[in-house]
Amino acid sequence: MKNKKVRKFSEKIIENILGLSSAITSLAVILITVFLFSEGLRLFGEQPIEKNFELVVHKCNTVKHLTSLQIKNIFDGKIINWREVGGLNQEIKLFTINDIGQYFSDEEVGASFEFLPQRINELMIKDTAIIAYLPTKYLVKDFAGRKLDIDNITVGSFLAGKEWFPTAEPVVQIGILPLIMGTLWVCFGAILLALPLGLATAIYMAEITNHKIRNIIKPIIELLAGIPSVVYGFFGLVIIVPMLQQTFNLPVGEIGLAGSIILAIMVLPTIITIAEDAIRTTPNSIREASLALGATQWQTIRRVVLPNSILGITAAVVLGIGRAFGETMAVLMVTGNAAVMPNSLLQPMRTITATIAAELGEAPQGGLHYKSLFALGCVLFIITLITNTIVEWVTRRKKLS
Amino acid sequence: MKRLISLTAFAIACFAFTAATVKIKGSDTLLPLAQKWAETFMKTKSGTSINVTGGGSGVGIAALIDGTTDIATASRKIKMDEKLKLQEAGKTYKEIVVAMDALSVIVNPKNTVSKLTREQLEGIFTGKYTNWKQVGGADLKIVAYSRESSSGTFEFFKEKVMSKKNFASSCLMMPATGAVVQSVSQTKGAIGYVGFAYTNSKVKDISVSYDQGKTFIAPSLQTAINKTYPIVRPLYFYYLTKVETQVKPFINFVLSAEGQKIVTAVGYVPLQK
Repeated sequence: MKNKKVRKFSEKIIENILGLSSAITSLAVILITVFLFSEGLRLFGEQPIEKNFELVVHKCNTVKHLTSLQIKNIFDGKIINWREVGGLNQEIKLFTINDIGQYFSDEEVGASFEFLPQRINELMIKDTAIIAYLPTKYLVKDFAGRKLDIDNITVGSFLAGKEWFPTAEPVVQIGILPLIMGTLWVCFGAILLALPLGLATAIYMAEITNHKIRNIIKPIIELLAGIPSVVYGFFGLVIIVPMLQQTFNLPVGEIGLAGSIILAIMVLPTIITIAEDAIRTTPNSIREASLALGATQWQTIRRVVLPNSILGITAAVVLGIGRAFGETMAVLMVTGNAAVMPNSLLQPMRTITATIAAELGEAPQGGLHYKSLFALGCVLFIITLITNTIVEWVTRRKKLS
Repeated sequence: MKRLISLTAFAIACFAFTAATVKIKGSDTLLPLAQKWAETFMKTKSGTSINVTGGGSGVGIAALIDGTTDIATASRKIKMDEKLKLQEAGKTYKEIVVAMDALSVIVNPKNTVSKLTREQLEGIFTGKYTNWKQVGGADLKIVAYSRESSSGTFEFFKEKVMSKKNFASSCLMMPATGAVVQSVSQTKGAIGYVGFAYTNSKVKDISVSYDQGKTFIAPSLQTAINKTYPIVRPLYFYYLTKVETQVKPFINFVLSAEGQKIVTAVGYVPLQK
């Protein structure tokens, strides 16, 4: 009697522990998602200029508004005349706080910079062609210059922008279209390579070969999954990159295709293992019925076994895509990471994950760069969510029919 | 009870330990060097403990302003707004140059170009020049390799060579110095920049001119020490004057012949004596 009670009690405890575990897991997932989006969404509506800094021009300057790309080109020396951005015909003069020494002596600025705001003001009165990047606190009360009107960062400019310079001064360029395109190109290239190869191996192991050979192949494939990704990356950089460069006679070997090949190797174990399991779940009775009707082995595989296991194969592909999207280190090392719009797999590309991994460590916490990397994380999250939803939808339709 | 005693003893030991610690924080460029210095110093002077952490030059100076570090290491000079912040906090500081860092511009050994001016380098990395024949080489596409924007080397190159202009987006961004050397060695039209100590026989150093092509200087330990090689930057220690007695023994060691020998061993350029 007592024994039964104890058992009941302990079962209750186990049930509670299991319930608690699932609650913790769900909570962790929700918290991470909330954290990701709360940091990432703060990017939008911000000025693309560092906090407490201003971009100012002379009061009489006819230019009222500049796009952030124009500002970058001005400070890069690609636009050198105000006429090019709709102003008067005069050469643009750049000024940042570190240039003060060229205009005033140390005594004029003051030992503890007490005259600095005044001097800047004098400069802004004197020079009509100046564009200055200044801390807000150095602007005197009745400041002679005029603050430039700059566009805020919007979802549209973030997603459709083609320039990724998150640390540029004075105005950052946060456009992620090249990164999204790079990610998609590299991943779909990888799946295109891995799917036929993986599926063929899975069919071979499940349907054609005997136990002996399977027992050799299977552990080898599983070993692939255990190799650290940085090893794949180095292998890619030293072997695959020069190989591709020679084969296609390219000026540079760090291209999207190198990333696709490495990723294809990395997702193979996932695809093979899951697809093989799916193929194996086809009931033997169906298989034997097909053979009994006089179908050959290949006909049986193609017409009976594969249609029967299509759900599992789809799942294998999705998990493979998921792994490919999320993989960072190997891709970071072989694709060249140039943030340009790709139009073929034979170009250098920069993926979303590589960008986050390479830049988050040095981005000042809470700054524009930091927020834009979190927003990138949100985009990655949404891409993965969409792929998963599509597959869910496809498999459900298949089940219904 | 026994456990409690040993725990208390441990806590006291920890406390005593932290009390004698000199904390160093800042530049990631200086991190391997500062660690080596600290290691050697602690071996020679037992009883002192030096705690080195990275995070970036900005992080180090911010910690100096907050008072959470004794020495801030920096791969750049303290900025004006940081000076102002220190002044607002009523703190006086001292600046010491502890070593120099030099960058080599490297190309593939098969490249016929062996010297470039600063203006040409700027043009190459901003995307103005895209073919080697524009800078006196063969008809070959230029492939520019850069470090990631988070790296101190990237900042240094941008400031010293590119007059703060942005890199072209077609530049390939490499995650590590070793990867730049590897890629340049296997790509015919490649050009890259790496810390002076990382070049090897598989890549070719470029002589650089900072006077519109009058004199070209090849990077070497000698030209870097006598300051004829232009792509060199000083590395700094910053500390508050009120902790001077506490940090002085370590700084003396760093500036000593033995300390400067470590600089060469780690791959930076020692100070001229």
